Order: sequence, then structure tokens, then C-alpha cells
Amino acid sequence: MINLKVNGKAYQVDVDPSTPILWVIRDHIGLTGTKFGCGVAQCGACTVHLNGNGIRSCVTPVSGAEGKELVTIEGLDPKLSKPLQQAWIQEDVPQCGYCQSGQIMAAAILIRDKVNPTDGDIDGAMTGNICRCGTYQRIRKAIHVAADLKKSGVK
Amino acid sequence: MNDSNNLSRRKFIQTGAAAGGGLLLSFYLPAFGKFRNAGLPAPVNFVPNAFIRIGTDDIITVIVNHSEMGQGAYTSLPMILADELDADWSKVRFEAAPVDPAYNHTAFGMQMTGGSTSTNSEWDRFRKAGATGKYMLIAAAAQTWDVDASTCKAEKGCVIHTGTGRKLTYGQLVEKASAIAAPAEVKLKDPKDYFLIGKPVKRLDTPEKINGTGIFGLDVKIPGLLTAVIARPPVFGGKVKGFDAAKAKSIPGIKHVLQMDRGIAVIADGFWPAKLGRDALNIEWDDGNLATLNSKTQGEEYAALALQPGAVAKNDGDANGAISNAAKKLEAVYELPYLAHSPMEPLNCVADVKADSCEIWVGTQFQTAEMMTASRITGLPSSKIKIHTTLLGGGFGRRAVLDCHFVAEAVQISNALKVPIKVVWTREDDIHGGYYRPRAYHKLSAGLDASGKLLAWKQNVVCQSFIVGTPLAGMMVQNGVDGLTVEGAANMPYAIPNLHVAWNMAPNGVPTLWWRSVGSSHTAFAVEGFIDELAKAAGKDPFEYRRILLEKSPRHKKLLEFVAEKAGWKKPLAPGRGKGIAIHESFGSVVAQVAEVSITNNKTLKVHRIVCAIDCGQVINPDTVKAQMEGCIAFGLTAALYGEITFDRGRVQQGNFHNYRMLRMNEMPKVEVHIMESTEPMGGVGEPGVPPVAPAVMNALYTLTGRRVRSLPLRPDDLKKKA
Repeated sequence: MINLKVNGKAYQVDVDPSTPILWVIRDHIGLTGTKFGCGVAQCGACTVHLNGNGIRSCVTPVSGAEGKELVTIEGLDPKLSKPLQQAWIQEDVPQCGYCQSGQIMAAAILIRDKVNPTDGDIDGAMTGNICRCGTYQRIRKAIHVAADLKKSGVK
Repeated sequence: MNDSNNLSRRKFIQTGAAAGGGLLLSFYLPAFGKFRNAGLPAPVNFVPNAFIRIGTDDIITVIVNHSEMGQGAYTSLPMILADELDADWSKVRFEAAPVDPAYNHTAFGMQMTGGSTSTNSEWDRFRKAGATGKYMLIAAAAQTWDVDASTCKAEKGCVIHTGTGRKLTYGQLVEKASAIAAPAEVKLKDPKDYFLIGKPVKRLDTPEKINGTGIFGLDVKIPGLLTAVIARPPVFGGKVKGFDAAKAKSIPGIKHVLQMDRGIAVIADGFWPAKLGRDALNIEWDDGNLATLNSKTQGEEYAALALQPGAVAKNDGDANGAISNAAKKLEAVYELPYLAHSPMEPLNCVADVKADSCEIWVGTQFQTAEMMTASRITGLPSSKIKIHTTLLGGGFGRRAVLDCHFVAEAVQISNALKVPIKVVWTREDDIHGGYYRPRAYHKLSAGLDASGKLLAWKQNVVCQSFIVGTPLAGMMVQNGVDGLTVEGAANMPYAIPNLHVAWNMAPNGVPTLWWRSVGSSHTAFAVEGFIDELAKAAGKDPFEYRRILLEKSPRHKKLLEFVAEKAGWKKPLAPGRGKGIAIHESFGSVVAQVAEVSITNNKTLKVHRIVCAIDCGQVINPDTVKAQMEGCIAFGLTAALYGEITFDRGRVQQGNFHNYRMLRMNEMPKVEVHIMESTEPMGGVGEPGVPPVAPAVMNALYTLTGRRVRSLPLRPDDLKKKA
């Protein structure tokens, strides 16, 4: 049994400790907002926060999350999710939408840590997240918008 | 369920098959003439169509028969209908259509999404559906007030009696409207009265795509669901000779190991054990006929094939004669590799086969064919097969498969075990899995007169066909030419007195498929690269040279001038920058692009900016058009810079995004999209932005290096200045 805390809620899961967090979240806990894209930490679709750090859940064994706080797209702090979602809607970012959970989880770390992210900061924080539909230009713009919304206290 | 829910449910009027009640408008819609794109058959089905459901709560649900794979169908189609319905847009919702002949594609006669046709194929039907609904609602209100319908008007989800100002919402009219007979003919709006069509409208599907609630195929959960991961042959056409599953079966969570026609399926209570189980299989494969397939020798075979005359797709004048007599002759070979579609959501399908039913949940572009496939596998009539279309995590053609293999696998396993099964492909399965954009080889020659005027063009295309030998061949193969292999070349817009385009079919074996922009994904690179070479040979500016050759194609000429103006073609660039131009027509739209590039340290290409102009005729949602152009550019750039599937000893040499690279945030150029005012018939927007990207970028690169890139993807040596 592994004890997990996901989005503030405690879970006990009976899985092999080497199972990647992604599959525990999706198949055992049933939260499907976190996506499977590559399985080898190349695309970022599976990005979640572990103790506040963005991680690739497809390659991180669940044993590494024991006793720590996991946050998925479903449980993102509204202080971050609200400005990001509002900006994503304003800029009409998603196309197929499959990568966007991961994009938002990566962007959340960026706007949490940088009040005024530059384009260089965005390149640095977001280059690990692939969008096959090519929404990059809109993601970039939406991150700037979200950072401004966060500053102005959008809830 | 609480009381208020029960109450509101009781209020719904049950009519027809409308689940959840409300007004379900069924229509017999008249034929709307020959589909505009040449070569497509006229509509074959004129059956009842059900596209609207209005609840007593005023919510208008538009039932959308085109799958949402990012192209915006779940917004643009409701926009078309809601405009004619004079709906309150804030009350409009979308719902994926079930599979039914009523929802067949108006041109293709089956339920499917593709060919950049979602809006243009439904433009008439969805407008008529909306207008018919409005007619019935107005008639219902007129009846209620006992006034003439001509004294009533519809506005923002209400019918208003113009004389007295009395007003009823559509929700209030649900019951009465259900009893009104649908009119045989309806009057459509004057375009000046559109309040949604042609305006930038936010997508309806964004909220669920940014909070984790949107359901893609991979997210489907049903009770008792098991996950299957399949070991497929490492060489296309290979077969299982023997296998040992003892080790796999010892892994906790593994439920079954099943041999099937496409390999060995490992079935477990989740993805991870299923994958571990597959990795633990010991399989002996018979590699079959492609065991020695090698990309280099295959390229030599293609070159040899290009020397054959081939099946003639276009033959104006006497190209051979004109070239042999020309003052100046040019020859070139353009080559493009196999490409995987790589949608972000790996392929998957959920099937639940029971003794007397089969239910399928899948992100697909090809519902009708999949229903027939499931019927064939299970022996059940199609009436017992239910397909739920989920969101598609990208399609690009990969989810429109003629043999329906990724649905068939799930149905076969569920049929054998009689448990619900989700088949999940890994990224490696996807990249190894075939159904690629065909490899293509273009042999070109041309003749110019002494002044540089283009006299003759000869092009021989070598590539596989995924149409020959299928039921689509009758429609799409003419005079021995699969039209998809030469589209964009045989119909090039340039005025060339002697033009010869031919096709030689490369041997099949590697499964190939339509890949975003299909034949144009390779023909545009050859045509727009070679025309640039001719401009150079003629000593002309590449824009001016094209412009003169477009004298008989005013639509193209105007767009080319438009993009040149928007891009500032005639203005000098910053030092170290190069620019290139390309124009291409596909799917009823014309797209022109100007790329601006630089090279750093002789080894890194930077695409700074792409100015893109499109003429797609009537626009539904301009913001979606722009988004599709941005996406097409990222897609085309990925192919130009990185995309390549190669073979050695029959095996695909790429496996995941580390060696089958995708464009990333830091590589995305600044994209500026300009939509040209146009009265042309409506074209598509999902694909036409792809073809011009690679030639525009490589033509720009040439101005910096003096080197023509005639083979994709870009190689390191392509960035070194020619000595």
C-alpha cells in the first residue's frame, strides 16, 4: 500500500511502487485530466506538481510521491488556475486540447515564480511541453495575460 | 436525483428520439447541388437530419456530426446553425452526433471528418437546419398569439410580435413548435444580417480543455474496463511464429494474453501492468517480405522508377519537345520521407462487446466504416452497434483509417473475452505503427527561352498509393492515376504552355495514409522549390516571376500580391536575414506565405517570422482560420526541419519524440495571418496552410546559403554557405 495525497485528498493505493505516478492518477485514482503523450518525459502532457515542483508524472515512480503533496490540473490552486484559464479563454488557445493540461501546469509554475515572465522565461519554462496543434504563439500570449491577471488579483 | 431535477425533467417535451427531451427538429433537407470541389461525387443521401435540440430551459444544443480534433468544428458548425436560427449564442451548446445515416458527410456519403470539409460541406445543410427551426418557432409563436407569422420576427433566442412587442423565448415555444410541420423550403438570411458568421467567436470547447474535464478516448472509464497493450510485428507484414507468455502472465494485474491477427495482446487491470506484460513477452516473429527494407536502397528504387514514363496525370502541349529545344534547361530531384502523424493523444479505442450489443468509445474521423467493421467482427447488425465519438487529441488524418485497425483491435479483443477493453497505443507503437505520409520522389525538368520565359515543365512523381486496391479507387483513380499523388502538381496554377505530370506507383508494403494536406504535403515542396530555381535561372525576383506566371490565375495572383504587400517583400531585410515565398492551393483555399530566416554559427536555422495570407472564400470564424494557419505552420515546419521515418532491416528507426522531433515553443516563429476578402466558394482551412511552409522556408534559406534544399528534412550541411 502506498499513501498518497492528491489535490489535498488522501489515497491508499495498492500498486507496484515502480508504477509511474501518471498511471496511478489516471487508472487508480481516476483523475484523467493529466495526459499520456510519450511515456519518456519528452512532451510534458503528464505534467503535475509534486511538492510544488513541476514533474513528468510518466517517468516518476509513485514511490517518490509517498508523503508528498501531488497537485493535478483538477486541483490547481485557483490563484493560479483562474488567471490561466481566463487568459487561455481570452486568447482562444486550445485546438485539440490534449496537451493543454500539461501546458497549464507548466505555466502555473512559471507565473507563480515570476511576476513578469519574459519571452525568454516562457521559452525556458515551456519548451519541454509539445503542442502538436502548434498553439505556441497563443500560449505565449496567454501566459503574459495570465501573469497580468494574477497581479491584478483575478479570482 | 433531487426533486427540482425531476421537475425540470418532466417539463421537457418528449419528442422523437431526443434523449433528455426538448424539441428535436427533424428535417428533410433538399439536395443542394453538386459539391463545389471538383472530383467529389454529388450528395447521395437525402435522409432526415436532426441537428438541433431546444430545451424548455432555452438551452440550444447543436448536434455536430463532424469530429472535433482541434479544427474548431464544435464551434464553427454551431455558429452557422445558430446564426440562421437567430439563437442567443450564450445558450448554445454542442454535442457529438451519434452514428446515423442522417449525419453522413454531404459529399462523401458516410459519417466522417476530413479533407478540410467540416464547414464547407455543412454550410448549406446547417444554415437550412437553423432557418427551418426558426420558421417553426415563429409559426408556433404566431399560433399562440393568433397573428400572422409575417408580423413576427426572431431575435436572440426569442420570437417577437413586431406590432405589440409581445415576446416568447424559444424555450417557451418548445411544445407548440414540435407540432409544426417543417417547411419544404426556407429562406436563408441576407449575409449582411449575419451576427455570428464571419465574426471572431470564442471556441465553445475551451473550458473543458483547460480544467481537465474534457473526455478524450483515452479518458473513457466504464465499469469492469480492462486495458490492452498489443505487441505488433516489428516489420510491416510480419507474423507471429511463436511466443512465450509465461513471464508476462506472472506480472500482477495481467488478466489475459491473446494472440490476434495483428499481434499479441496483453490485457491487464491498467495500462502499466499491460505494458510491463507486453515488454515481458518472448515473441518469435516471421518478418515477411519487408525484412530487408532499407531507406537508402528504397530511394534508389524510387529513382529508377522515376525513369519510367508513368501514368499521365496532365499533358498540355509537348513538354519533351519544348524542353529539348529550349535555350536553357533545368533538372532537379525533390525528395520527401515517410512521416508519422503523431497526434498528441496516442491511438486508443474502448469497446464493450456483449452477446447482443457492441458499444464503442473512440476519438475517430471515420464512424461509418468503424460501425461496419464492428458489425463484421461481432456478427451483430449495425443497429446493435453504438459508437460514441469522444474528443480527438489530434487527428491529422491518422484517425481516418480505411481498414479501421485501431477500432478493430479493441472490438476483436472485447468480442473474444466479452469484457470491456481499452486498447492503448504507446508513443512508440504510434511512431512504429505505419499509416505514414508516403515517401515521395519528384523528378523535374524544365525549359526556358533566352529571355527566361518558362516554356515547359515535366514532373514525374514516384510514391505509394493508399487508394489503389481499396473501395475508394473507383472514385479517386482516373486513367491509372491516383489523384491524391499528383494533386498540387497536375493542377498547378502557373501558365505553362507545355506541361507534363506523371505518376509511377511505388510498391506497397509500408502502410501509408492521408497526412494533413495529403498529396500537397509533398507536391508543393517540389513545385514551389523548382519554380524558385527557375526564377533564379531567369534572373528574376521569385515573387515577380511567380506573379507573371499567374496571369491566368487571378485568384492566386491577387493573393500573392497581398502576401507580398503584408510581408513587405520589397523592403530590405535586416542583415543576415533571408526571405522566401511560396503559394499553393489545396482543399478549395489558396495560401501564400513569406518566411524570414537566419542562420547562427553555420549550424542553427532560426525561422523568425512567417507572414501567411489565405483566400478561403466565405469565412465562418476568422479566429479559427487564423488558429488553423498557425497550427498548419507549426506542423509544416516540424516536417521541414525534423520529420523523417526511415527503415533499416525492415524496422522503423525512430521511436519517440527524442528522435522523431516536434517543433517546440522556442522554435515557433512569429506568425501573422491575413485573411483576404473573397467571394470565392468556401474552401477548407484545416490543411491548406501546411503545403507552403517547407518551400517558403527552404527558398528563404537559399538566399542565405546559395544552396537548394531539395530533400527534407533539413540536414546540417544545408546550413553551410555554398563555396
